[in-house]
Amino acid sequence: MDAVTLSRLQFAVATYFHFLFVPLTLGLSVLVAIMETQFVRTGDEEYKRMTKFWGKLFVMNFVLGVVTGITLEFQFGTNWSRYSKYVGDIFGSLLAIEATTSFFLESTLIGIWLFGWNRLSPKMHAACIWLVAAASNLSAYWILAANSWMQHPVGYAIRNGRAELTDFWAVVSQTYAVFMFLHVLAAAFLVAGFFVMGISAYHMLRGTNIPFFRRSFKMAATLALLFSIAEVGIGDFHGREMMKAQPAKAAAAESVWESVKGAPMYLIVIPDEANERNRVQLLGIPKLLSLVALGDAEGLYRGLKEWPREQRPPVAVTFWSFRIMVVLGFFFVLMSVLAWLKRNRPEASPGFLRLLMWCLPLPYLAAELGWTVTEMGRQPWIVYGMMKTGDAASPLAGIQVGLSLAAFVVVYSLLGIACFYLIAKYARKAPAPVSPAAG
Amino acid sequence: MLETIWFLLWGILWAVYFMLDGFDLGLGTIAPFLARSDADRRVMYNAMGPFWDGNEVWLITAGGVTFAAFPTTYAVMFSALYTPLLLLLFALILRAVALEFRSKLTSGVWRKVWDACHFVGSFLPSLLLGVAFANIFRGIPIDGEGIFHGNLLTLLNPYGLLGGVLFVLLFAVHGALWLAIKAEGDLSRRAVRTAAGLWPALLVAAAAFLGASWFATGLYRNYLGNPALWAVPLVTVAALLAVRFLVAKRAWVKAWFASALTIAGATLFGVAGLHPVLFPSSLDPAYSLTIFNSSSSPLTLKIMLGVALTFVPVVIAYQVWGYYVFRGKVTQEDIASDEAY
Repeated sequence: MDAVTLSRLQFAVATYFHFLFVPLTLGLSVLVAIMETQFVRTGDEEYKRMTKFWGKLFVMNFVLGVVTGITLEFQFGTNWSRYSKYVGDIFGSLLAIEATTSFFLESTLIGIWLFGWNRLSPKMHAACIWLVAAASNLSAYWILAANSWMQHPVGYAIRNGRAELTDFWAVVSQTYAVFMFLHVLAAAFLVAGFFVMGISAYHMLRGTNIPFFRRSFKMAATLALLFSIAEVGIGDFHGREMMKAQPAKAAAAESVWESVKGAPMYLIVIPDEANERNRVQLLGIPKLLSLVALGDAEGLYRGLKEWPREQRPPVAVTFWSFRIMVVLGFFFVLMSVLAWLKRNRPEASPGFLRLLMWCLPLPYLAAELGWTVTEMGRQPWIVYGMMKTGDAASPLAGIQVGLSLAAFVVVYSLLGIACFYLIAKYARKAPAPVSPAAG
Repeated sequence: MLETIWFLLWGILWAVYFMLDGFDLGLGTIAPFLARSDADRRVMYNAMGPFWDGNEVWLITAGGVTFAAFPTTYAVMFSALYTPLLLLLFALILRAVALEFRSKLTSGVWRKVWDACHFVGSFLPSLLLGVAFANIFRGIPIDGEGIFHGNLLTLLNPYGLLGGVLFVLLFAVHGALWLAIKAEGDLSRRAVRTAAGLWPALLVAAAAFLGASWFATGLYRNYLGNPALWAVPLVTVAALLAVRFLVAKRAWVKAWFASALTIAGATLFGVAGLHPVLFPSSLDPAYSLTIFNSSSSPLTLKIMLGVALTFVPVVIAYQVWGYYVFRGKVTQEDIASDEAY
């Protein structure tokens, strides 16, 4: 394999792995902050136990999110040097601003929060976790603004043989970035909601610490309900932005080959990429696709055949990732509504709790699939319409990247196993009692 | 002008990173030789517990600023130094995860494995950063397209290795002094002995490095052209001598600050010698990347300067506050707490 393909694989491995930790960091930080605020407001020790129990899982997850993020930032230079040279004027500054404004804050404050229980006043201590939560989510905004610029470059001019910034505000405030951020944010809260519900379900099924986990469950169910419903709307808006900015990606995500006015939405589709058609196409709802994607039931939905083959993204992987993500999205609404309805006595529905436990990985899956749509759907471009992925890699030998890719796979697998083992172990432990001595 | 300001900020970011994370890396390097029990280990890990993560971000910011202010240098530097840089990143991952995971289980094997990871994750970055920077001072075989003509062995030349040894020793002394401040009783005394014992070796390495730089690099050209710059190496050497003097006077905190100044000075000694080059080519000076031929557009440099001048002081303020909150020794009570490493 050539260095470009290997570098893509390496970036994919690094990104998928990084994003196993990021959403929980974003979502659980806020949930833990709410728990601690409740403790400070009410003085109820149960909330402090909750903060400590969920906070411990949060921190183990946090550290892996941090360290795997560093390899991503540096990979733009190591593996994508032509890209970095060409767009660094814009893309690089967003990453540097992220580090200065957010990454510093979350990394410094997490240490103070973790070790500072006995050194800070309760209010100060709670303020620290809020700052961690705010900085983590702000950090996500900068990163997603940078990614949005790759999807939909704005505010630049091609000068001196590269893309140079002309309008900073346009880059950081474009609609694409705002919706991508909201989309990821809602996904992160869903991950956190199902994480807390799943682990609470485990304990309630065993009949241990029911009041503690019922209370955790209730908070998580409310969060999941709000954000699963919000995600349907946000996803739709984000999809419309994608339709405007990247019509070929949209066509691949729906596997629409021919341009058609008033396009129907088929509930069952199996794409046949080689023959530029769909092998199976069943249960069409007239005009629904045009209505959802364009906001106009009679609107013209552009099919993949409008682009030459070499300018289309890979259809099957984009389509399936998108379709499964959307189905999961609606499934989350259903589960969240049920969970919320049962929130006051969840322990009375063991069957449902068992199901919820098994649902814990699903929001993770949906988030990873979402990134697959975003990144595969952008191909063959690294910056949409501006620079091809094939022109962006560093002048490296294939063997060099092959070795580093192997190292990534080995190191990340081992870390993943260790982290999973530890989180699973701590998640199954009974929450520690709060002793007055430990304050 | 903007380019020169950014060059200076770039140098300062690296200096601060080495100064701060240097004690974490150094303490991790000497830990296996100094720890006699699990309790000793835990004091060491908790001595850096609240700080290492914030310290590490200076590295991310130095990298990010290279990307933002000098994208061409970022692209060429990071791809030319591909293998050492990825080794550095893997090592730092191990360091971080080891700190976080190690004391979460009581199993002896589990702790031994993470102790080993923590050592590798501390020693290797110290060595690699030293080798990388010495090679940057010396010049890297890159052509006009920014393509690297060499391999990992090209970087392991005598001058590069001397730089590596110098960094390992600088950080080891720095870490030992930190432990002297944070530990109690016997461990603190052993840390002092380590710092004092390593100091002569550090002095030799520093002298050798200053001398070898005359022959192996063009760093002194700037010094000959602008004698005021000699202040940097002079202050650095004075700080290094002060470390030993202050250790003898049992003033650990002051000795640590002198050591920090030595590290920052050593970095700035090289940076001042490089100006206006960021990444010199050893093949042909015309291929060197300078602050002029590799910088971002004036608009980006201006915006970034605004961001840096606003936020870096804020960062410094809350990091100083963090150090203030966790001032004093790591106590038995700290170790016994539920959150301790």
